[in-house]
Amino acid sequence: MTEKLTRPPTADPDAGPPAQADPRRPGEAIFRGLATGAGITILVILALVASFLLVQGSPALFADPAKLASQGYGEFASWVLPYAFGTVWAALLALLLAVPVAIGIALFISHYAPRRLAQPLGYVIDLLAAVPSVVFGLWGSLVLAPAVRPLYEALNAHLGFIPLFAGQVSGTGRTILTAAIVLATMILPIITSLCREVFLQAPRLHEEAALALGATRWEMIKMAVLPFARPGIIAAIMLGLGRALGETMAVTMVLSGSRNITFELLTSQNPNTIAATIAQNFPEAFGLKTNQLIAAGLVLFVITLAVNSIARWIVARRAEYSGAN
Amino acid sequence: MRIKPIAAAALVTATTLALAGCATNETPAAGNTSASGGSQTLTGVGASSQKAAQEKWVAEFQTKNPNITVNYSPDGSGAGRSAFIAGAAAFAGSDRPLKDEEMGAGKFAGCAADSNALNLPVYISPIAVIYNVEGVTDLALDPEVVAGIFAGKITKWNDPAIVKTNPGAKLPDATITAVHRADDSGTTNNFTDTLNKLAPSVWAAPASDTFPADFGGEAANGTSGVVQAVTGGTNTIGYADASAAGSLGKASIVVNGKPLQPTAEAAAAILDHSQTVAGREANDLAYSLDRTSEGVYPAVLVSYAIVCQTYKDSAVATLVKDYVGYMASADGQAAAASAAGSAPLSSALQAKVKTALDSVK
Repeated sequence: MTEKLTRPPTADPDAGPPAQADPRRPGEAIFRGLATGAGITILVILALVASFLLVQGSPALFADPAKLASQGYGEFASWVLPYAFGTVWAALLALLLAVPVAIGIALFISHYAPRRLAQPLGYVIDLLAAVPSVVFGLWGSLVLAPAVRPLYEALNAHLGFIPLFAGQVSGTGRTILTAAIVLATMILPIITSLCREVFLQAPRLHEEAALALGATRWEMIKMAVLPFARPGIIAAIMLGLGRALGETMAVTMVLSGSRNITFELLTSQNPNTIAATIAQNFPEAFGLKTNQLIAAGLVLFVITLAVNSIARWIVARRAEYSGAN
Repeated sequence: MRIKPIAAAALVTATTLALAGCATNETPAAGNTSASGGSQTLTGVGASSQKAAQEKWVAEFQTKNPNITVNYSPDGSGAGRSAFIAGAAAFAGSDRPLKDEEMGAGKFAGCAADSNALNLPVYISPIAVIYNVEGVTDLALDPEVVAGIFAGKITKWNDPAIVKTNPGAKLPDATITAVHRADDSGTTNNFTDTLNKLAPSVWAAPASDTFPADFGGEAANGTSGVVQAVTGGTNTIGYADASAAGSLGKASIVVNGKPLQPTAEAAAAILDHSQTVAGREANDLAYSLDRTSEGVYPAVLVSYAIVCQTYKDSAVATLVKDYVGYMASADGQAAAASAAGSAPLSSALQAKVKTALDSVK
């Protein structure tokens, strides 16, 4: 933001529009080529992934349901729907757990913590992002699941009248709530890092003005920081959601997944996610089953794309009146 | 335009990646005997249940035959059978023999036109019913009770049906968490087959690689996942290869009034009490398992090597005879028992497999 503010308002007359490659300035053209190439590459990769999923998945998508039942995993739409639900449901739960904590940590680092503490804390959070998911999976299944089981028993005993906590509590603790906690831990650093950066960008003048008008620190954050940061927060949440949707290994190891749609959080019967289903079944799959799993991957691709597009749309819509400018 | 070469390079890279992706379906030609320096390669594809044993066999076999390379990819039984049928693998590892409709001369691309396939049992592994119940160290269960537990019909550890066979045990008034495999597996297939054969009144579903979804219960990924879920949970029960059970209790299954532990002897005995599938060639050792015989531990996984009667390429035939012959030999079976905890084939059966392999051309 600061660079933006300090940049001289009048453009350098020598620079000119970059499109006209000046023969005396080859660097301009080379850089432009590199940047455009990189932009095209990402589109090409995306298109290739999509076409791979389409081509390899289409035999299952267009197969006769009877044939799918005998050689695959069963009729496609009804087969994939519980998994699609599980994917979105687990990711939403993870967001619900992670977002308040992440924003809290980010605010603490940017506005509350003494500078001496803030910096190391920031590093630690970033470090958490570097832990591989298989380690989170191991931790989730070996440590977290047995540890939270008594808590689940208590939740079920006292709050069992709420449908979320109803049902027979799993004897191993490997439920969708445990998976969501693991996912939340995994997406926490991403959301925190981005939010912290955005909070630090909040215009100093606005903050000081709020304080000068007699606002408390919390009121200042509410008036000057959060409105400014809202698009950034949403973008951070969407990035976290993207990771939660696609996470495979940790869910595979932690979740006791089955093929059903339920909102109960504490039972053995949890809707599995698409990514975990593919990971579990691909090693032994062959023929039409492979196609069907890849087609499920296509569904996941579409879900992720839709989520990201919605996020982009929200950010673009909000950017105009973010309150900062 | 400067961007062209870069974009082109990106396209080429991406296309190569995409093509490489397609090419993974094509396994390299089986039994490639490219005689460069006399080195030979034998390719097998199949059951992941044999993985640990195959790794041991390959290591031992290649030590003895340094000029032969054996590749076994544990892609699963189904993948192994289709690779063998397509001629992409010289032999297949499969947790079930080929069915009658899959057999037949000329159906196998790697075999001679008039050649049928042979199913040879090479790997036997008992499937243990593992449990983790505090204070219970000895558990004997009727097949009907095992079926009832995994079908979600018996839900408490102090159910009268469990107490009946365990009069001395302190069974808690706790809910049973039954853990099954989340992934498709031959272990599930043989376990569900056992329940279907021994307790058809409770378990009507036929054998299947996928655990029946209607029965509920907890799912875990792979043998290690099941063992770990049972170990980490409380009042849990599951099924896994006996060798993977670790320190967990292994329930005895009561057959004809006798409780049987999943020992190697009780498991290997199943093939001595079973008949080969009717209507097959004399040397085909496909068994239809009789899980109800006296003194036989019923939940057993028998994994096969599927080979040609006559190979198109006689060099491949020699390699297969050597390698599969080693697998089924006393040495090979002992090696598998030590590395994978399998139950060695009885010596009578070892001799039968040898006779069958001797007929391979």
